[in-house]
Parts: sequence; structure tokens; C-alpha cells
Amino acid sequence: MDTKETVKVNSESVFSVKDLSVSYGDFVAIKNVNMDITKNKITAFIGPSGCGKSTLIRTFNRMNDLILGAKVNGTITYQGVDLYDKMVDPVQVRRRIGMVFQKPNPFPKTIKENITFGLKVNNMTDNMDERVEKALTQAALWDEVKDDLNKNALELSGGQQQRLCIARTIAVEPDTILMDEPCSALDPVATKKIEDLMQELVKEFSILIVTHNMQQASRSSDYCAFFTTKTSDDGKRRTGELVEFNETSVMFTTPEQELTEQYISGRFG
Amino acid sequence: MLESIEKNMSNKTLITGKKAENAIKESLFLFTLYICVTIAILTLMTLIYDVLSTGTTRLTSDYEVGLITKIQIDNPVDFLTTLDSRYPDRAGIGPAFAGTVWLMIIVVSVTFPFGTGAAIYLQEFAPKNRLTRFIELNLTNLAGVPSVIYGLLGLAVFVRLAGFGRSILSGGLTLTLLILPVVIVASREALKAVPDTIRQGALALGATKFQAVFRQVVPSAIPGMVTGMVLGLSRAIGETAPLIFMGALTYVNYFPDTPLSGFTAIPIQVYNWIGYPQAEWKETASAGIILLLGLLLIMNSLAIFIRNRYEKDL
Repeated sequence: MDTKETVKVNSESVFSVKDLSVSYGDFVAIKNVNMDITKNKITAFIGPSGCGKSTLIRTFNRMNDLILGAKVNGTITYQGVDLYDKMVDPVQVRRRIGMVFQKPNPFPKTIKENITFGLKVNNMTDNMDERVEKALTQAALWDEVKDDLNKNALELSGGQQQRLCIARTIAVEPDTILMDEPCSALDPVATKKIEDLMQELVKEFSILIVTHNMQQASRSSDYCAFFTTKTSDDGKRRTGELVEFNETSVMFTTPEQELTEQYISGRFG
Repeated sequence: MLESIEKNMSNKTLITGKKAENAIKESLFLFTLYICVTIAILTLMTLIYDVLSTGTTRLTSDYEVGLITKIQIDNPVDFLTTLDSRYPDRAGIGPAFAGTVWLMIIVVSVTFPFGTGAAIYLQEFAPKNRLTRFIELNLTNLAGVPSVIYGLLGLAVFVRLAGFGRSILSGGLTLTLLILPVVIVASREALKAVPDTIRQGALALGATKFQAVFRQVVPSAIPGMVTGMVLGLSRAIGETAPLIFMGALTYVNYFPDTPLSGFTAIPIQVYNWIGYPQAEWKETASAGIILLLGLLLIMNSLAIFIRNRYEKDL
């Protein structure tokens, strides 16, 4: 926690979201999102299941493009560039904005190959060994695996696998890391390691994290966005909406909205 | 007092006659399963024993037949390299063996690129619309079409239309058509079994769709694809009907030397030998069957070996 104080204050925004809505066919998953994400800070998305927070985080690196029928309306600008502009190459977007998934998903190859794959597809093939060591060190995994880099990644524990996934993400030197419930498949000890790691990484990267775990959001994030589902008037459709977006310290002590207060005190959701 | 009675009553419900009854039911069911397995295995064993006991005399020395002593074919190697003959004890399976090897070479070299290519396209790249659904449905149906139909198709397209004649090339291409749907379906299943998280993980690192598919998904699917390929080949190696239909020869007294040579294959040769009335031919035919079984065994072992090897790497 003390590392948080050493982060230099920087209020520059990295993402700017305006009137964003995402729909799959006729189904609107989330709508009316407006928010600015601050650079080199940890921003947490919290809310009950089905409120569209995972859908939302996937719009930040255009992973939604891969889902059939997904449609994004409104704008997300990333460092001033509209991410959904026709001229923007989604492959370059994903290279600059890395992503760590809910379930650790290392490639069924060696630890080293897991890191070098990203380097190779991004033409970062100079000093590969150094890059591998640097990424693993940054992900706090180097000491545990340095002697068997050629071991199959699937032999690692769940927590190690997730740190390997973080390592391969930061190896390609992104600016931002998106994390979609990175600890939901991990035990408390492994979760603690990832949370500590996030405090280190945020010095260099902007981090967005989706979490179900309220304590995690309050412990580790600087900003927090609370989403919930609203049912349409005819009661048939449920759409996610942003309820409140604030500094975490404010949201968890004096939330502006009653809904937020109810959710974080555990009275619904 | 009341409590203890209740306790006793609830305990009594734990001890019923059901336990023994269930045990009998379960052992009856297990016994039925054992019978099923035994019948299946016994049938196979009988078949193999029959073929082996008849055929091995033909594959070992000390073989004499009838009143006239002829030049002996002493061992399996001779059997594999000798030409067919009018005399059962002299007849070798050489040309048929060579024909089968030729066929396999053609089938593998055409099926592998087309089969895996089609599977990769359909599974990873094709848009999901009515046309692709139609193609998928038809592939599954084609895999079940009787092989004789493919023989007719081969005769019409390769022998006549393309002008390859009744050659190894025509035969190989006909067998390719026969197993292509099987190979495509198996390869697609192998690709489908690769978790989506692998694709997403690769794409999230800034890989293009192509890089994700060819560097992560396909290598993970190779064991399954190879298995499908070998199973398809095993089917092709034993096929007789389509080859007879498209005009493979039954008596070949030379070794085929180009893909455009006339040819015969092991199953056709065996079929032919079995048809002769003399009892000695049965032994020669059995020797041919042993060879065919041996080839199948080797191929399936190869598939298992490759699969295990790759899975160890996983």
C-alpha cells in the first residue's frame, strides 16, 4: 500500500469515453458511459454480474471486434485518437493496450516461448533473453522460474500462470494494461501477489481492472467506477449503466449515490 | 425419552434391505458389460487367429503343396517382393504392395494440404453465414457416403474426363476424395478443441489473426489433425470397392513405375485370390491379409506415437 504514495501525481487522462454504448445484435449490454481514465493510476470497475463491466473493458482494446454482432456506439479516445476510427488498426491498438484475462491462459508452450511469442509478432526480436528476463522480473516471477525457463507453462501454479500472462503482456511494452477479473480464479495468497504487483506496475503503466471483489477494489485502486443493471420499463431488457465514478477513497467512504452505498455495504448485488 | 426414540427411528432408516438389492443390481449390470466386451474381443481374436493360422504357413519355409514340388517362396520378404503367379505357392504380393504404397503417397500428399487447409479456413476464417453452414452440413454427409459412389465419381472425373486412365493417379485421387471429408471433419474438431482463450491471448498481444491461428492454434491442434489424417489413411488403405469401380487391375505382373501405370492394391489382390477355388489360395490370401493388418497396425501406432510426443510438449 505504501507504494501508492510514491506514485507521482499525474492527472493526465489516457482514455476519454463519451456516450458509449455496446450492443450485441438487439441486446444493449451497456449504455451512456462517460468517463476519463487517468494515466498511471489504477481504475477499478465494480458492479453486479451482467452489468456490462467486462464488455466495457473489452472495448478499450477492441477485443469486442472479435465477437460476432458486437457494435460500439459513441467514442473512446486513447491519447487523443479515436480508437474506433476507420483508419485505426486494431492489431496496433492491442499491442499498445495489453490485456490479462479472467482465467490464466498461458500458451501450451515453454515459459520462455510464452514471452517470446509477443516479442516475435511485434518484431522485438533484439535482445530477446534480456527482454524475457526483464518482463519476468517486472511480473515478480523471475526468481521462481529462472532455472527452468524451458518448462511447460501449464506446469506452473494458477497464480504463477497469471503472473506469466502479465509478464508476456508487459514484455511487448504496452502503455496500458487491462485486467478482466485477473484474480477470480486464484487463492488469497496468489491474489495478494498480483495486487502487490499492480502497485509496482502502475508506476509505469495505466491499469484498468474489472473486479467482483469489493475489498480488492478498495485496497488497490485509485479510481473506482460502479456499474449496475437497469431493467427496461417493460421488464424484458437489462442494460448496464455507470452509476458513479469517483476516487476510490471518496467512493468507499462517502458515495454520492444511494445505490453505490447499498452495493458497497453489501445490501444488494 | 422421546428424543431417543426419534433417534432410533431415524437410524433405522439407514439400515434397509436396499443395500444388498442395489449390490445385486450393480453386479448384474457390470456382468452384462463384461459379456459385451468379451464378445467383441473374442470375435476379433477368432478372426485374427484364423487368418494367422492359415496365412503364416505361406510366410514361413517348409511349405509344400500338392504333388508337384515347386520353387519355394521362403519368407515374408520374398512374399512382399515377388510377382503374382498362376500357382498359389509362387504368388507374391509385390505389385499390389507397391501399388498400395504408391496410392498412399498420392493420398497423403493431396489430402494433407487440402484437408488441413479447408479445415483451417472453415474453422478459423470463414464468415458464419448460410453458405458455410451449408458446406459444413454437406461435409458431414459426404463423410458417410458409401465408397462405391466415390469409385463412380473417380471413373467419371479422373479416368475419363481428366484422362488419367485407369492409373495409380486416378486411384489415389479417388481415395483422396473418399477420405477428404473425414479428414476435414476430424481436423476441424481438433481446431475446435483449442480453447478460445488461446486465440484471445495471442490477439491481445498484438498478433494478427493469421499469426494467432498459425503460430498458436494450429500447433496446438496438430496431434488431433494427425490422428484424423492417419485414421483417414487407414480407411483408404483397406478400400476395395471404389478401386475396382474406377478400374484397378486384378492381375498385375509388373511393378508400377510411374503414377500413370496400371495398378492393383493389397485388398484387391486378396479379394482376387480368395475368389479362386483351390484351397491353397486361401493361404496366400491370408498372408495378404496379415500384411494389410500389419500395415494398419504400424500406421495406428505411428498416430499414437505422434500424438503422445506432441502432448508431452504441451
